[in-house]
Amino acid sequence: MSKKKENELKTRGVSNAKWGYLFILPFFVAYTLCTLIPQLMTFYNSLFMNYRDGLTQVGPKFVGLENYIKLFSPDNTGTIGILKYFGNTIILWLMGAVPQIIVALLLAVFFTSYRLNIKGQQFFKTVIYMPNLIMASAFSMLFFVLFSPVGPVNQVLLASGWINKAVDFLNIKISVRVLISLMNFLMWFGNTTILLMAGIQGIDQTLFEAAQIDGANSWQIFSRVTLPLLSPILVYTVITAMIGGIQMFDVPQILTKGIGMPNRTSMTMVMYLNNYLTTSKNYGMAGAVSVVLFIVSAVLSLIVYNSLSAQYRKPKRHRKY
Amino acid sequence: MMNDEQSRKARIQLMITRVVVYAILIFLTFLCLFFFYMLIINSTRSNAELQAGFSALPHGHFIENFKNAWTDASINIPRGMLNSFIIASCCAVLTTYFSALTAYGIHIYDFKLKKPAFLFIMAVMMIPPQVSAVGFIQLMYKFKLTNNFLPLIVPSIAAPIVFFYMKQYMESVLPIEIVESARIDGASEFRTFNQIVLPVMKPAIAVQMIFSFVQSWNNYFIPALLLDKAEMKTVPIMIAQLRSADYSKFDMGKVYMFILLAILPVLIVYLLLSRFIIRGVTAGAVKG
Repeated sequence: MSKKKENELKTRGVSNAKWGYLFILPFFVAYTLCTLIPQLMTFYNSLFMNYRDGLTQVGPKFVGLENYIKLFSPDNTGTIGILKYFGNTIILWLMGAVPQIIVALLLAVFFTSYRLNIKGQQFFKTVIYMPNLIMASAFSMLFFVLFSPVGPVNQVLLASGWINKAVDFLNIKISVRVLISLMNFLMWFGNTTILLMAGIQGIDQTLFEAAQIDGANSWQIFSRVTLPLLSPILVYTVITAMIGGIQMFDVPQILTKGIGMPNRTSMTMVMYLNNYLTTSKNYGMAGAVSVVLFIVSAVLSLIVYNSLSAQYRKPKRHRKY
Repeated sequence: MMNDEQSRKARIQLMITRVVVYAILIFLTFLCLFFFYMLIINSTRSNAELQAGFSALPHGHFIENFKNAWTDASINIPRGMLNSFIIASCCAVLTTYFSALTAYGIHIYDFKLKKPAFLFIMAVMMIPPQVSAVGFIQLMYKFKLTNNFLPLIVPSIAAPIVFFYMKQYMESVLPIEIVESARIDGASEFRTFNQIVLPVMKPAIAVQMIFSFVQSWNNYFIPALLLDKAEMKTVPIMIAQLRSADYSKFDMGKVYMFILLAILPVLIVYLLLSRFIIRGVTAGAVKG
């Protein structure tokens, strides 16, 4: 590039700054209006008593941290609601995510293995990714009708003589949890497989060849080469799955009609938040629950942010100007 | 001799591994397809047939169930699908256009707040939308925007994840020379973006349009808090309504048909474009 042209570009760059601001303006205006201000309002609300009791509106009245104290004190049965629902969310997430990540890792290794040379990959990928795009609430409704006491699953079990009375799967703690995790597993393992496959394909192939020549077996190659080199992407996948897990709502909400049956053992954090927003319009308590959710997701986000920006700091292969 | 023996052993071992791997894949395929297969089969059976017992083969009541579901008095599914379609299409267009615009603004121009703006978007990328729901709902009640599609459409202008995807894509495909030559030809900055940059970004825009359409079509949490008028409801709200109704009194053939209708548009798009969509899953994600 000639000196003259470079100078010309520079001056143009300065006069063009306004275009940069103009182009990013809509994003920031929309973000401020739709997320930032509501976010601050949510924090602010958590310090007020503000709810509807039947037809009467109570508050808003400033109460300081009272909502938080209420949130973390035991109810008349001695359970601390938010801890129970946080626990439920983690259990439901783990039950779905652990098999999801193991299966996805396994499939990603299968699909990328030259030695195995799996045929029909496109077909398998198409099938396993499909549940990811299906409406979660409709998928959950489908599970509900299939597993209801008069549904086809019970019909088959009764007809085969394995049971002599219909099983109410939706009123047994363990079966509700298994159904929710099964749905989450089905919805996400395909997505994770595809992400991990891309990760494995990004690893320098000569490393695998070298390990093979040195006489490493498949397990050694997996544990000593694939896994360590895949770990940044694996961490990213696990953390984003956690952030998704915290938001778990549609599936348990529809399956259990919003009450987390039996006995609120499948009630998640966002279902709890939703309860405060719908029935009593209790903005104060809902605000406090949101702040707890925000803190948890902010900590997780920080980890993703660090891994992404570390990647961004890496020297770029080709700079444009 | 020894070598022959060894390679024979290795071949057998490989064969066994292959059989196990295919068995796992076939099992997972079955698991993924079984529930949808049941959905389709059951949508072809009448209520009486469904009560009578399980069947793995289709029956002849598909059209009848479709008519019953389509004209149902309490759940207006054609209206719901139209509403969902309007919202999802607007979201798809706004999200991709403004994300590309924002990414372009940060990618091409130099300005003081460029870096802070970029870091800010990265920082808020992973914060779930539910945590600002309280304030958002309150604000919408204040502005009398409940039972209105705007609060479901406008927020899609600011989509940090789509922005990140577009930024990544620009870094790999958009040569500055194209922009330079357009400028030299006297095109205004805005026209350069619309007529030169957008066409280059077409594949990224198409993929993100599909993803944001699907996301909006399936969205349940916020719409359920803002839409309560029958004629404004979207499909997921209707599905939830179906769940809270007394299902034992329902025509089950119709229930299966409702569920099928709720997922059908996305299913069709996916079957037509699966190759393209699957490629899009990774393109914007972390690159090594």
